[in-house]
Amino acid sequence: MPRVVVDVVLKPEISDPQGQAVLGALGRLGHGGVSSVRQGKHFVLEVEGTPDPAELRQIAETLLANPVIEDVELHLVPEAQD
Amino acid sequence: MRIGVITFPGSLDDVDAARAVRLAGGEAVALWHADDDLAGVDAVVLPGGFSYGDYLRAGAIAARAPMMRTVVAQARQGLPVLGICNGFQVLCEAGLLPGALTRNSHLHFRNRDQGLLVERADTAWTSSYEQGQTIVVPVKNGEGRYVGSDADLDALEGEGRVVVRYVGGNPNGSSRDIAGVTSADGRVVGLMPHPEHAVEVLTGPSVDGLGFFTSVLTGLVAA
Repeated sequence: MPRVVVDVVLKPEISDPQGQAVLGALGRLGHGGVSSVRQGKHFVLEVEGTPDPAELRQIAETLLANPVIEDVELHLVPEAQD
Repeated sequence: MRIGVITFPGSLDDVDAARAVRLAGGEAVALWHADDDLAGVDAVVLPGGFSYGDYLRAGAIAARAPMMRTVVAQARQGLPVLGICNGFQVLCEAGLLPGALTRNSHLHFRNRDQGLLVERADTAWTSSYEQGQTIVVPVKNGEGRYVGSDADLDALEGEGRVVVRYVGGNPNGSSRDIAGVTSADGRVVGLMPHPEHAVEVLTGPSVDGLGFFTSVLTGLVAA
């Protein structure tokens, strides 16, 4: 069944205190080389039949992400191995 | 005058909101999120809580509930709507108010009595106040940081649509200390603090919150 991956992350101009907390923890663990962390959401949708790109974008932009504060990326994975 | 209070799965403050309506002299009408009929109410309150567990984003799933489709349509016709805390988040997610509420900058849930500066005393929900008045009501949220692009915030301030602003400290890192905003027509208001918890001296830090509810009732009588 075709699988669609939707990644949602806060826009660059919106500060991300969760990501900053993770960055602080990485520093305490000795990973000083990591200079930035942005935390987001990762959705995996299984779609029956041929996915309609317009419908998927609508799903992503009207529910999965809030376009006021978040950027969204869609990735189609045609052959799910399972 | 009949004021509807919508209950979503996970609403917490619907009973307090209904009580505030009654103390202000109105009739509170319980509405259910899965219905789509407003039962002829004259105004609507969206209460605080954690609708649908805030699983996707705060207020996101509630904003797509059947009753909200009716509220959005009626609000565009001038129905007064007040969103408190989670209700404010729902109004932003539904597109009735600009901006968004997200995780507090310090990542802590903040619960305290909060000073607010009333900057708009001419909306449907704030006409009982004086412009420039300071009130104290509880604030309690984990995702109450009001954000938007600089351009959007400039436009909002330029149009004078900030209704209340935090004073005496910003509890959540909200941009420009914004605690509540209104629609262009002044009929829809959303704020993170809880006026419905400040309506009786026995339980609240003040009775300053009652003005939100008397405002809408006064406006409806005059209309």
